[in-house]
Amino acid sequence: MFRRTVESTAATISLVVDGNEVRARAGESLAAALLAEGLLSFRRSAVSGVPRGPWCLMGACFECLVTIDGARQRACMIRAVDGMHIETGEGRRRLLP
Amino acid sequence: MKREESEFAVIGGGLVGAAIAWGLARLGKQVAMLDEGDIAWRASRGNFALVWVQSKGLGMPAYAAWTRRSSDGWAAFADALGEETAIDVAFRRPGGFALCLSEAELEARAAAMHRLHNQPDMIPYPYEVVHRERLRALLPAIGPEVAGGIFSPLDGHCNSLRLLRALHAGLQRRGGKYLSEHVVDRIEQRQGMFALATSAGEVRAARVVLAAGNGNARLAPMVGLAAPVRPQRGQVIVTERVEPFLHHPMLSVRQTDEGTVMIGSSTEEVGFDDHVGAPVLAAMAARAIRIFPCLGRLNVVRTWAALRVMSPDGFPIYSQSMTHAGAFLATCHSGVTLAANHALVLPPMLEAGSLGTELAAFGGKRFDVSAHG
Repeated sequence: MFRRTVESTAATISLVVDGNEVRARAGESLAAALLAEGLLSFRRSAVSGVPRGPWCLMGACFECLVTIDGARQRACMIRAVDGMHIETGEGRRRLLP
Repeated sequence: MKREESEFAVIGGGLVGAAIAWGLARLGKQVAMLDEGDIAWRASRGNFALVWVQSKGLGMPAYAAWTRRSSDGWAAFADALGEETAIDVAFRRPGGFALCLSEAELEARAAAMHRLHNQPDMIPYPYEVVHRERLRALLPAIGPEVAGGIFSPLDGHCNSLRLLRALHAGLQRRGGKYLSEHVVDRIEQRQGMFALATSAGEVRAARVVLAAGNGNARLAPMVGLAAPVRPQRGQVIVTERVEPFLHHPMLSVRQTDEGTVMIGSSTEEVGFDDHVGAPVLAAMAARAIRIFPCLGRLNVVRTWAALRVMSPDGFPIYSQSMTHAGAFLATCHSGVTLAANHALVLPPMLEAGSLGTELAAFGGKRFDVSAHG
């Protein structure tokens, strides 16, 4: 659905997304890298469980939350860095046991 | 300059103005709702979204009755709005708690509820003091310091941003006009018509309703009324979304229909200043974590402040002008709770040209220190 349209000389880097190696461009946002990879659902709604993905791409909506090296972060506000470990698909996160 | 003409001009596009405007439009009235731009002080976009009854009305039993009436009308109001606009404002009325962190705090709150209900002319409503052991069964997430709380089955909450959007959509669907960027500079009455000089031209209407929140203090004298309201700042914290775990709204903590947790209820007298500040936010967060320790594991995603519209005694003001027939004023700090009344009860009074006797206690003249009136 999404593809990179601008030629770039940026270095190719490597991410680990849900255990799989994914190539990205150095300096692009993590959300852009994952969208370009064809990943549209980043997580699931905490209330209804339906799939969610990047919407505002500017840090306001929090729909693109993923776990980056152990911490929940907005993928649109983080630059992709070589070697990053990303987990997607967090579902109905429970706060109580 | 263009010119607008309608039966009613409602000044203010927040929850109070929009509820009244939608209600008037439902009665078949031609309505123009005048609003400021995006930089307006919008309590309606920053509020806590409680539909709250308990503890309101100490000092004015008529306010307790008015609040109760709106709370009782809210479900039908939300249904009507939903039917017209297809927007679900997520109204829930599971009953709410005011939680206390010590026996002394619980006793003080229980005593205040007792005084509230002992007032002459007070119509009692159901509530109970719930002590810690029973509370734990209802709210398993409470921390070790929670002594208990006051529960009222009448308390509820909604999604107030969707409420504001639904009222605007409903008004426009009914043919009402929404006039943004129309700051009212002057109101004059000529030959039975009100002429409103605004930043975007003149608007004329047979009747005018001032529902401009803190702006009513400036506008009221233009039609012979008084609304000595002042801004009172409240700060709000919102967390990331989690699976629903708080099934009742609390006075200072509630989980929204979308899974976020809101923490609020601060009050500051700082004038027209809606900045947030770390000291108040930190105190709010610390208290919330003492009430529900699990909140400490949540990320905060945003904080904001908004300005309540506060009258000298804290109660709403509903007035009609004696000098400018056809001019009315409505202002309160509970635009969410009272939205059902503003949409369904007030408009027929405005249509009839006279506020009902149940609103007699709410006139702005109660703040007038001189002997007349």
